Formats: sequence, structure tokens, C-alpha cells
Amino acid sequence: MNIHEYQAKAILRNFGVPVPDGHVVYNSNSARDWAKRLGEGPYAVKAQIHAGGRGKGGGVKIAKTADEAKQFARDMFGMCLVTHQTGPEGKTVKRVLIESGCNIADEFYVSFLVDRATDKVTLMASAEGGMDIEEVAAKTPEKLFFEAIDPVVGLTAFQARKVAFKLGFAIPQVKQAVPLLINLYNAFVDTDCSLLEINPLVLTGEGELLCLDAKINFDDNALFRHIRIRDLRDYDEEDPMEIEAGQYDLSYISLDGNIGCMVNGAGLAMATMDIIQYYGSSPANFLDVGGGATIERVTEAFKIILSDKKVEGILVNIFGGIMKCDVIATGVIEAAKQVDVQVPLVVRLEGTNVEIGKQLLAESGLNIVSADGMADAAEKIVKAVNG
Amino acid sequence: MSILIDKNTKVITQGITGATGLFHAQGARDYGTQMVGGVTPGKGGMEVDGFPIFNTVEDAVKTTGASASVIYVPPIGAADAIMEAVDAGIELVICITEGVPVLDMVKVKKYMEGKNSRLIGPNCPGVITPGECKIGIMPGYIHKPGPVGVVSRSGTLTYEAVWQLTSRDIGQTTCVGIGGDPVNGTSHLDTLEMFEADPDTKAVIMIGEIGGNAEEQAAEYVRDHMTKPVAAFIAGATAPAGKRMGHAGAIISGGKGDATSKKTFLRECGVSVADSPAEMAEALLKIWQP
Repeated sequence: MNIHEYQAKAILRNFGVPVPDGHVVYNSNSARDWAKRLGEGPYAVKAQIHAGGRGKGGGVKIAKTADEAKQFARDMFGMCLVTHQTGPEGKTVKRVLIESGCNIADEFYVSFLVDRATDKVTLMASAEGGMDIEEVAAKTPEKLFFEAIDPVVGLTAFQARKVAFKLGFAIPQVKQAVPLLINLYNAFVDTDCSLLEINPLVLTGEGELLCLDAKINFDDNALFRHIRIRDLRDYDEEDPMEIEAGQYDLSYISLDGNIGCMVNGAGLAMATMDIIQYYGSSPANFLDVGGGATIERVTEAFKIILSDKKVEGILVNIFGGIMKCDVIATGVIEAAKQVDVQVPLVVRLEGTNVEIGKQLLAESGLNIVSADGMADAAEKIVKAVNG
Repeated sequence: MSILIDKNTKVITQGITGATGLFHAQGARDYGTQMVGGVTPGKGGMEVDGFPIFNTVEDAVKTTGASASVIYVPPIGAADAIMEAVDAGIELVICITEGVPVLDMVKVKKYMEGKNSRLIGPNCPGVITPGECKIGIMPGYIHKPGPVGVVSRSGTLTYEAVWQLTSRDIGQTTCVGIGGDPVNGTSHLDTLEMFEADPDTKAVIMIGEIGGNAEEQAAEYVRDHMTKPVAAFIAGATAPAGKRMGHAGAIISGGKGDATSKKTFLRECGVSVADSPAEMAEALLKIWQP
């Protein structure tokens, strides 16, 4: 789960991490009021959407006065912000963060994440702050520093010092960096983050370290133990169909192609998308109905796929293990009756109760093309759609 | 021969009184696996469908002599269940549970350092040695005994590969589902080492996914140490970047992780890579004849 920058900063503030003073606003009048409360300008006016690269798209402005902050906020509200992370359709700005400005003397990069190679939380840092960190990793990997953290003792002071010295900090900043990094780590583990990224961490003209931006992703699997964090979810930032799918325990991700897929299991679902592309078309979605899907869930899955107007054909690929093919077949038939499928439908069934499933489909009287194997299924649906 | 499990393996089920746990314990017993009991705290002394129930794994091991445990405990208690099995000296712990918090697994991995247990999973279908022992949720009948080892992060995609083999009359020594989570007990590399050491395994199919660099590490092992032919498929060529994890996730392995770079590296290491998931068995047969 992702949250907004202002929410991430509020969490970090609670862990004793230095972040700028600021407040989220939902209209431009509040923007001016909050700017005044923050004291003298300048102010940072920052559009709150779940994507990076906001500055380049006009989503981050520096205002000299409270009136100017109001003006910038007014421009941002309702604006469709397009960045390299939003996709071409962009995201509409509904929340704006008003913050005290600061003098930036230098910028750094700090993040924490779970490293699969070491099975540990890892601190990653670079003196190349404010940059696209992927570019730094690709072009100058020697400028990235890593510290793997022991889960029993946590981030130690000496590790934090090592990183601080590598970043080139002077002694007063090293002294600030040690508790700052340890508190960031504590925030990471206490709230079950999957990613905590500070880019940039700035050194101000006054010699203070400050987290100027903050990005947090949480581990969805751990949200059951963080009720208050769950409440931070902003449904406006998510695909409505993905939300709908989530209510039926379906794992759905919408994509750009024209062939809808319904598959059981994440690996097979990805492979089904791949084979559609292999045969010259592209998938409209990833959809994993899971291992214990019921007729109702299959029906809902169908409705969700069909509500996507891009979909010109549907491929159902099921390898029944726990999932029984007759249940899938019944679900497909029910759904086809309920929602009036106007596009070609190819169904490939294999595994538990496959013969009953195929028989049900054949006797349904519906226009369903049966396929033997993944390749046959992909070929048939691509041919039916592309002609 | 086989790896990890055979007809002599005695297995207990943690979480056996839940519907899922009991269903799959029965399924495994029907397949012929020695399912010797189960653990549910507070229900020790009971018997469920012929399975004796124990309060602790320690009790279960003392009484039954089990060396393997399969876990169907819900996510909130799964990490604890793994550690309990490890503490009781269980050699092979297989955690089927999906949705275990990743930081719980970070602690589990630390806890297991220096201990003699092997963990498979979590979020995996389990392990099967066809004709001898099935531990997990895979449909038994699609497998048949034979010379090919199968290792995969995915469940149903493994069934797909197994089915491609079986329908060409090629059997399997052991099929291992290592699970799709970022932090898990056993890697592709670990499993390849076991297949290399097993005299009955003549060839291997390895199924990977985008993300991390476990497939690359396994490929380096194939290049440097493995004498047996390996075929592979990498799922996720069409998956959008950054959908599961932000950008920082892909960086730490040095920019590795997308399907194209994985496939290219695997090929450079001498692995026969299938471009289509329908051709996993064919990819193996290109470099090996049974």
C-alpha cells in the first residue's frame, strides 16, 4: 500500500525524524491560512499524488508569500499531473501540502528496503541526492552505499556513522545523521514498510539535516496489524477496477492491451499474459482468481474483465489443483448468461475434473471456444481478436 | 532416489484442525504420504479423522518421530509456527501459508541461522516426490515418477510444466515449489545443488519470475558447477515495472530483475530458455533426451 508524502512525513515526525513543518490542504483558501500559520515565507507548495517526478510536471512550486502559495495551490487543484510514474493519463490533484521552505546547501539520498539477496532490511545511501536513483545505480554504482541490518540488534550507531562518513558529512552532521537514520529504521520496522525512501535528505544552509521528501510503501501482508495505517489508504489514487476486484479477493491489475485474462495462480497468470504477447497481441489485465475461487467469484471476475472497454476477447486459462474445472466452467457459464458476452471467449481447462468442466461448456449452448493447452488457447484468442 | 522427501518421510501438519490443513492432510495421506499427525495448540490428545493431535511440535516429534512438517497456519501465526518446527528439530519445514509479512520472514531467517532445518516457502505449493510422498496442495495425479527435477516460484505454473512432461511420458524425481515471496527459505540455487547431487535426477526444469536475482545466481551455478542439463522459463515479460514494489526494489540487485535481462543471462550460462510457457518441456528436450 502506498501513502501520500504528507502522511509519510507525519509518521516520520512521530518517530523523531526531522521533516519540514507543514500541513495538507484541500482548497486554496486553506493553503493561504496554513502558509500564514507556518510563519515567514518562502513556502513549498506540493501536489500530493502517489507518483514521483512531480516537480518536472509542475506539481512542486516555491511561493514567496502566503498569497502566492494560495495562487499556486489554486493552479494545482484539479490539475491532471503527468509524470514518468503516472503514465500518460496522469493523476488529478486533490490534496496539496504546504510546507515551510528551507535553504538547501546539499542533497543526499537515503532509503530502506528488504534486500532479497541478504534477507535483511538494507540501508541504501548516496551523496547523489535529488537524482533518479535508478540512474545513479546504473551509471555510477560506486556512489551507492549499502548496510545490511541485523534484525535482532537493528541499525547500529556504527553502521549509521559509516554511512554518514561515506556521504561526506562533517562531524556535526554525522552526529545528527546517526539518530536520524536509526529513527528511520525504527519507523520502517515498526510500521512494516516495504520501502522507505528519503530523496532528497537535505543539508540546510543552517547546517541542519532535514527529510525534504518522503515516500513510504507498506507491506500489504502486514496491514492486519496496523489498523491506523490502513486508514491512510487513498482510494482516489487507485484503479477503481482494482479496488472492485479486491473486494472479491481477486488479484487484478489493469494493463493496456485488448485481451482480458482470467487465470488461477499468479505465476500462471503472468505466463498467460506472456504467451498472449508471444502470439502477437497484448493482455488487457492480470487477473488471478486464486486457489479457492467460488462460482460467485468467477462471475465477478468476468464482470470486471468485461467492464474494461478495451477488452476485445477473453482468455480463461485454468490449471485446476484445488480449484476444480467444473466450478470454473459453471462460473464462466453463469457469468456469460448474466453479462451477455459479446466478445470471443476461449477457455482452456486442465487438471482436476477437467472432463466434467469441458462437458459443461460444450453443453451450455454458449459460443465458447475450447482449447487444448496454453499455446492452442493463446493462438485461438489472438486469431479471434486480430482476425 | 529423489531430493528432500521420499516414501520413508514422516510428516506432521501444523494447523491440521483448520479446513485447509485437514483437507490437504487427507489428500496427502490418500496419495500415500506417511501423515503421522498434527499440531493445534489446545487440541492435544484429540484425534481428527485418524490423525493424532498434539499441543506442540515438540510433543508431536517425540511421539511420531516426524522429520518433516507442513504448515497451514494463518499468516498471523505462520512465522511462529516455522520457528516452533525448527526448534523441535524438524529437518524439513514446508510453509504453504500465503500472506506472511516479509519482516516476519526476515526474523525467521535470522532465527534459522546455524540450525539444521531447511525451510521451503512460504507462499508455496509444497514438494512432491511422485509415487512416494506428496507434501502440499498440488494435484498428485498430474505427476509421474521419472528423471526430471522441477523447481519453481509459482504453483499453477509448476503444474503446467509438470503436465507438459507427464503428457510426453517423462516423469519427475521431485518437484519443489519454493514460493513467490521476496524472502523465503530455499532458493533456486539451493534446489539446483540438491538436484545436481541426486543421482536419479538427470535433467532440471527451473521456473522463475521477474524481480530479485535468484534466477541469475542459479544460472551462475549451472554455468560453473552443474553437469546436468537445465531448461527454464521466466514469467513476467509483460508485467508492468514497479507495480509490486517501488523503483528502489529493482536497484539493489544492480538493475537486474526484468524478464529480458534474466533470459539473456540464463542463455549465456547455458540454460535452454523457453520463450513461451507452452514450451517448457520442449526447451528441455532440445538439450536432453530421456
